[in-house]
Amino acid sequence: MTISVEILERLGDFQLDARFVSAGRLTALFGPSGSGKSSVINFIAGLIKASDGKVTVDGRVLFDSDKRISIPKHKRRIGYVFQEARLFPHLSVRQNLAYGRWFAPAEDRSTDSKDVIALLGLEQILDRMPNLLSGGEKQRVAIGRALLSSPKLLLMDEPLASLDQARKSEIMPYIERLRDETKVPIIYVSHSVAEVARLATEIVVMSNGMVIASGSTEEILQRSDLMPVEEQGEAGSVLEMAVVSFDEKFGITLLRSAAGEIRIPGRFANTGKTIRLRVRARDVMIADQRLKGLSALNQLEGKIAGINRQGPIADVKIDCAGTSIMSRITYQSSQNLKLAVGMPIIAIVKTASIDAGNNARTTGMT
Amino acid sequence: MTWLELSPEEWNAVYLSLKVAFWAMLVSLPFGILVALVLARGRFWGKSILNGIVHLPLVMPPVVTGYLLLLTFGRRAPLGAFLADFGIVFSFRWTGAALACGIMGFPLMVRAIRLSIEAVDRKLEAAAGTLGANPAWILLTITLPLTLPGIVAGMILSFAKAMGEFGATITFVSNIPGQTQTLPSLIYTFTQVPGGDWGAMRLTLISIAVSMIALVASEILARRVGRRMELA
Repeated sequence: MTISVEILERLGDFQLDARFVSAGRLTALFGPSGSGKSSVINFIAGLIKASDGKVTVDGRVLFDSDKRISIPKHKRRIGYVFQEARLFPHLSVRQNLAYGRWFAPAEDRSTDSKDVIALLGLEQILDRMPNLLSGGEKQRVAIGRALLSSPKLLLMDEPLASLDQARKSEIMPYIERLRDETKVPIIYVSHSVAEVARLATEIVVMSNGMVIASGSTEEILQRSDLMPVEEQGEAGSVLEMAVVSFDEKFGITLLRSAAGEIRIPGRFANTGKTIRLRVRARDVMIADQRLKGLSALNQLEGKIAGINRQGPIADVKIDCAGTSIMSRITYQSSQNLKLAVGMPIIAIVKTASIDAGNNARTTGMT
Repeated sequence: MTWLELSPEEWNAVYLSLKVAFWAMLVSLPFGILVALVLARGRFWGKSILNGIVHLPLVMPPVVTGYLLLLTFGRRAPLGAFLADFGIVFSFRWTGAALACGIMGFPLMVRAIRLSIEAVDRKLEAAAGTLGANPAWILLTITLPLTLPGIVAGMILSFAKAMGEFGATITFVSNIPGQTQTLPSLIYTFTQVPGGDWGAMRLTLISIAVSMIALVASEILARRVGRRMELA
């Protein structure tokens, strides 16, 4: 399943010139407000037209300016979850859910109402009117409604942006299940590093109407130059690690991958499961030898793979047996340690946040 | 309380008025929705001219409207003669009263529905489109249901206007007892004859009652629809 998008359009003073191809389960369109992310998915959905462009989803051409193809939006079979839910106020939750299903051709009905209702936990609110729902519930119904139209592709435009932190944590696990349990690929618009790190498999970074980078989540999140200035400390690495054991006495979970072992407080998943661990660059220190008498539990062996200086700051890329870990230290420290590419060092991981199922939280490990 | 008892002539007028108002409202409704849609959503040359024509009955003297109807639908008028060949006659019939009332109430109906259509959030229509609904289905399942309060208000206004219409009706179809003598026409007749005061008073009270019932009914309906949706 491949999605390919090319769009060239002038919107007032704004020039949109974006092209990307993605085969990811959940592709994040990532960038600051006003970078053209929403315009891109509105274009994919057929809500706006472009003077020049092309959209293909799984080999099916939805728009091609050269060949003068433009399939109307109701025939594109693309689900859209809007920022403000947009539930139909005159229809109950059940009727809202049935709306898209009704218009889907019978032979195309790939989703089952019961499954979707269970997946999104909507059993209790089926007979309510939308005005009686909380923001989080509304958004879940909107996701269900879009899924039940049996789309070939699901677009989500900052579906969490209008919700508070508690509601966000309520919805995120559902989106993860969507990503992992349904067959519909997702394009997810967001400007939040935390959301993207947790949800995305691929990231397309946009700025000023242009795609400036794209690649796997691991790859993109290591580049602090792509992160918004106020969130540059959020840049870091995503590690996939297996749960090895849980220490009942201290309440510590031991994780292992080729890069080494990491201990985190709390219980997250059963032994043998793989979980996603996000390590912020600013939470990784560098030592030239293993340290004793240090409260941090996690010391990984690695080699310096690259140093990128930005003024007083140095972003250091560490290769730990094939896994990249980013560290953000002062340029002065890197000079004091005489860091150079190829030099063996110890990466000390102070904190990490777990992005795994329902157990997402940030944990301190000092 | 014998003064409150209606004579057969008065009952006739009340019944005729209700019949005329009902049909005037019902027949003009589809046209009202169509014109309101075109005015609310359409972008075409001559839109302000159409808007002006629709509103003419509101600003012209009713007698002028009635006279224009007579010139168009009278038996000897080209259109009237043509329709008469198919058995459709308006002049000096209750159907003519309904036509006059419908036209006089039309701008009120269109205004109410148009404002309601303009208040519909077009983002909801876009959402329906992404769910696979074509424009006709969007209109039927989203736009019109959300316009319902305005449609109800427009119907009530049209009905109330028809109940009270006098000038255009009497000019077009005259004041024939049992045929075209509506409630306002009969009140007028009573005021023109000696000793007609009690009759005029009785019918006036009925007029007020009908208007009040229509208003209250529209309030209740609008509130019920509003409570169901509460566009938050």
